Amino acid sequence: MTVPISVTVNGRAHELEVEPRMLLVHLLREELNLTGTHVGCDTSQCGACTVIVDGSSAKSCTVLAVQADGGSITTIEGLSAEGEMHPLQQAFWDEHGLQCGYCTPGMIMSGVDLLERHPDPSDDDIRRGLDGNLCRCTGYEHIINAVKSAAGGAE
Amino acid sequence: MTMQATPGQLVGQRVRRREDPRLVKGRGSYVDDMKLPGMLHLAFKRSDVAHGIIRSIDTSAAEAMPGVELVLTGAQLAEIIPPMPVATPFPAPDHHAVTPDRVRYVGEPIAVVVATDRFLAADAADVIEVDIEELPAVIDPERAANGDPAVIHEAFENNLAVPFAPAGTGVNPETLEVEDESALNEAFENADVVVSQRMFSQRLVPNAMEPRGVIARFEPGNDELTVWSTTQNPHIARTLLAAILGMGQHQVRVIAPDVGGGFGSKINVYGEDFAAAAISRDIGRPVKWIEDRSEAFMTTIHGRDVIGYIDLAATGEGKVTAVKMRLIADIGAYEMVLTAAIPTLVAFMISGVYDIPVVRAELTEVFTNKMPTDAYRGAGRPEGIYFLERAMDMLASELGMDPADVRRVNFIQPDQFPYTTAGGMVYDSGEYERLLDQALENAGWEQMKADRDAARAEGRIVGLGMSFYTEICGFGPSAAMPTVGLWEHASVSVERDGKVRASSGASSHGQGHETTFAQMLADDLGIPMDDISIIHGDTGQVREGTGTFGSRSQVVGGTALLMASGKVKDKMRVFAAQMLETQPGDLSFSDGMIGPTGQEDTGVAFAEVAGFAYIPIPLPPDTEPGLSEEAFWEPEGFTWPFGCYITQVEIDRDTGELELQRFVGVDDCGNVINPLIVAGQIHGGIAQGVGQALTEEAVYDEGSGQLLTASFMDYQIPRARDFPRFELDHTVTPSPLNPMGVKGIGEAGTIGSTPSIVNAAVDALSGHGVEHIDMMLRPEKLWRLIQGGDA
Repeated sequence: MTVPISVTVNGRAHELEVEPRMLLVHLLREELNLTGTHVGCDTSQCGACTVIVDGSSAKSCTVLAVQADGGSITTIEGLSAEGEMHPLQQAFWDEHGLQCGYCTPGMIMSGVDLLERHPDPSDDDIRRGLDGNLCRCTGYEHIINAVKSAAGGAE
Repeated sequence: MTMQATPGQLVGQRVRRREDPRLVKGRGSYVDDMKLPGMLHLAFKRSDVAHGIIRSIDTSAAEAMPGVELVLTGAQLAEIIPPMPVATPFPAPDHHAVTPDRVRYVGEPIAVVVATDRFLAADAADVIEVDIEELPAVIDPERAANGDPAVIHEAFENNLAVPFAPAGTGVNPETLEVEDESALNEAFENADVVVSQRMFSQRLVPNAMEPRGVIARFEPGNDELTVWSTTQNPHIARTLLAAILGMGQHQVRVIAPDVGGGFGSKINVYGEDFAAAAISRDIGRPVKWIEDRSEAFMTTIHGRDVIGYIDLAATGEGKVTAVKMRLIADIGAYEMVLTAAIPTLVAFMISGVYDIPVVRAELTEVFTNKMPTDAYRGAGRPEGIYFLERAMDMLASELGMDPADVRRVNFIQPDQFPYTTAGGMVYDSGEYERLLDQALENAGWEQMKADRDAARAEGRIVGLGMSFYTEICGFGPSAAMPTVGLWEHASVSVERDGKVRASSGASSHGQGHETTFAQMLADDLGIPMDDISIIHGDTGQVREGTGTFGSRSQVVGGTALLMASGKVKDKMRVFAAQMLETQPGDLSFSDGMIGPTGQEDTGVAFAEVAGFAYIPIPLPPDTEPGLSEEAFWEPEGFTWPFGCYITQVEIDRDTGELELQRFVGVDDCGNVINPLIVAGQIHGGIAQGVGQALTEEAVYDEGSGQLLTASFMDYQIPRARDFPRFELDHTVTPSPLNPMGVKGIGEAGTIGSTPSIVNAAVDALSGHGVEHIDMMLRPEKLWRLIQGGDA
C-alpha cells in the first residue's frame, strides 16, 4: 500500500507515492537522491539527519514522509545556490568545524535554526543549541567557533 | 585565522582543508550514498541470546516473501567461505562470517537475507525462526578465566585465549619465560611506599558517526570483485577478502570513499563484508549492506575492557623503583584481526614517561560472551597510561607530595634518549620537564590549588587532576605486525602539464590527508598546493598500502610520499640540467621554478621540465621518459609523542553530577604540518577520553548476557555542553626517526585526558575518604561516595 504525498524540497515540488512507514530521511535519500542528509542512529539522538521543515529544524528520521505532506523542506543541498556557500558552510570550512563530515550536514542545519533563534549566541547558547547533534570527531570546539564566526559574519 | 594556500612554506601553516567544500555542501560520497544498477540488499538475522547451540533454523517464511531473492544460513555460507582471518600470532578459534552452529554473543549473525530493498530484507530477517538451546552466559572475565560458568570454545580451556604473557624485568624476551624474580621482589621488599590498586578500563563502543557499510560487486565474465567499504585500510581489506574468497589480489579492488570516522573500529574486515562479497560472487549481482546503530553497538568491535592489578614501589622521596601490572583483558567471544594484539600494548606502556628500573607486566586474555574487542582510539595505550597515572597520583597522595613533583622526580631526562625502558621499548625523543613546566604555568597551578582549597572551605567539592602521557605512534616497523607488514607506499607522478597526482596507502576517514599531504608536497616540489591532487582509498588507483591507524599516516605515509617526491625530483633535475646545460646536483625547486640553489628563478619552469620529460628530444642518457615514481617506507622504530593534561572538576553535592571546568593541555607531537588539523585531532581525542571518564560504558547483563547499552539513549557519547573551552599549547621535540620530525597526534588526547579527569574526581572526593573510583564516573556513583557509601 502506498500513500500519495506532495512535498517541496529545496524549492522544487514533488508528487510521490510512499509507503506509510517510510521516514522522511529515506524519502530524501532513497527517492530524491539527496544523500547529504545522513542517518547516524535509530533513536533520534544523533541529529545527522537534521533538515529544516517549514522553517524549523527537525530530525528527519523522526518524521514520517506522510507527515511532511504539503510541507516545505530544506536540506543541506538546498542551503545555498550551487557553487556558493551559506555563511555557516563557509564558517565550518574556515574554522575546521568538521573532520569526517558525517555529522556535518545535520550540524549545519541545526546551526541555521540556532542562529535564527539566537543571532548573537554565546558559547553556552551554542553548546545547548546543538545538544541534539552528536559529533564523534571534533570535540565540538571548532564547531562552536564556526557557529560564532557565522553569526559575526551575518551581522 | 586560517590562511589561503600559497606556494612554498605551507608546512606549519593553518591551511583550510581541501576535503571540506564537498562535505559541508552535502556532496560527500559515503558508501550508503551509492546505488548500483541491479543492486540487492542484505539484512542479517542476529542472535538475541548471548550463548547457545543452534538447534534449527526455519527460513521458509522469509524465502516466501515477494522480493526475497535468497536466504543463507551460516552453515550454507560456510560452504562458500572459510572462517575469517586474524593478523595476530596467537592461536584463535574459528570465527565464521555467519555462525554455522553456535552463538557466542548477542547480535552474532545467524542467517543473511538478500532482497530487493533494505526494508524488505529486514522484514524477512525478522520472520526467520531460530531455535537455540541456551547455555550460561559468560560475562565476568575473572570468573570466565576459571571456566565459570561455561567454556565458550572447547579448544580454549578455561576461556583463556592468551593464558599468560609476561614482559619486563626478569622475563626472557625470546621465550617469554619468567627467569628471575629477584629484582622485582627486592624492589617491593625495600620500598618505603607500596601503592596497590585494582583498576578497570571499561569496555567502550567506538561509535564512528557513520556506521559500517559495504557494497560488493562481482562481475561474472571478468571475474573481478569491487568492494566499496567504510574501511580505514582498503589494501588490508583487499588482501583479506582475496584470501578468504580464494581470489587473486589482482582480481579484488577495494574502494574506501568518504568514510565517516573509524577510530580503529574500521580496521577490521567483518563478517558482513565477507558475506556480501561471497554472495555477490555467488549470484552475480551487486549487494549492499548498511549497519544500523543498534547493530553498530552490538557487532562493531568494542574497545578497552582491561582489568589491571597495579602495584607500585617507591622511595619516601617519591622515586618509583618498580611497577607491576597484572592485566586481565576481556576480549569477547572471538578474535578479530588485531584483538589479541591490542592488550599487549597495555603492557608496553608500563613505564610511561618515567625512568623505572624494574617493571613487570603479566597479561591474560579471556573469552566472554561479548562482542570482540579490538583497536579503539589509543588501543592499549589509554589503559596502560590510565593505570600508571592513577598509581602516580595515589603515590603522590600517599606521600603528601604535589602530583607535579612526584612526576618530576621520575621523568626520563632529555640526555637519556634514545631511551630503552625496562620492558624493552625504545623511546625516540622527549623533553618532559620543559613541557610539565609549560603546563603548570599555563594552568596557573599554584593559583588553581589555592582556588580549589578556597572552594573547599566553602563546602564545594572541587578537585584538580594531572596526567602525563606518552604513547606508541607511527606503527611500524613491520616486526611490530609480522603478519601484515607496517610500511607505507606512495607514488608521485608529475603530469606533462606540471600538475601532480600523488597517492598514498594511508586512507583518510576524517584526518585530512588530502590537505596535509598536499601541503608537504607543495613545499617539497615548490609548486602551488592546488596543482597537486592526493589520491587515497582505492586499491585500483593506489598500488599498495597499509592504511590509517596507530597515528601513522603522517609519520609513515608522509615520509613515503617525501621519498617518492625525492625520486621524481631527482629525475626532473636530470631533464632540467639538460635544458639548462648544467649539472643536476646543483638544482633546487622553488616557486614553480627549477634552477641553481638560491637562484631558482633564473632556471626553467617546473611545468616546462614536466613537458620535456614526456617529449624528451633528445632523451638524456640512461634516462627513461616520464615522471612517475613510487616508494615504500618503513620506520626503524616507533615515535613517542607526549603531553600533560591538567583538569579541574566540581561535583554537585546534591546530584553527584561532575562538571569539567577547566582543561589545560600541552602536547608534543614533534613538528607540526598543519596546526589546525592537529588541534582538531587533539580536541576529538580529548572528547573521547572524557567520554570514557564520564559518560561511556558498555554494560552486558551478568545473567542474560544482553548488551544493556545498545543505543545512544543508554550509552552517551559526549555532547557539546560536556566541555569547557580547551586551553591548549604545545612544545616541539622532533622525532629523529623520520625526515619531517613528526610523531603522530591522532590518539594523544584520548590517552591523556581520561586519567587526568579521574585523578581530579578522586582529588575532589579525597575529603570523603575516596582513594580510587572506577570509571565511568556516573553521578549516582559519585553521589553515593559523597553520602559515605560504596560506589
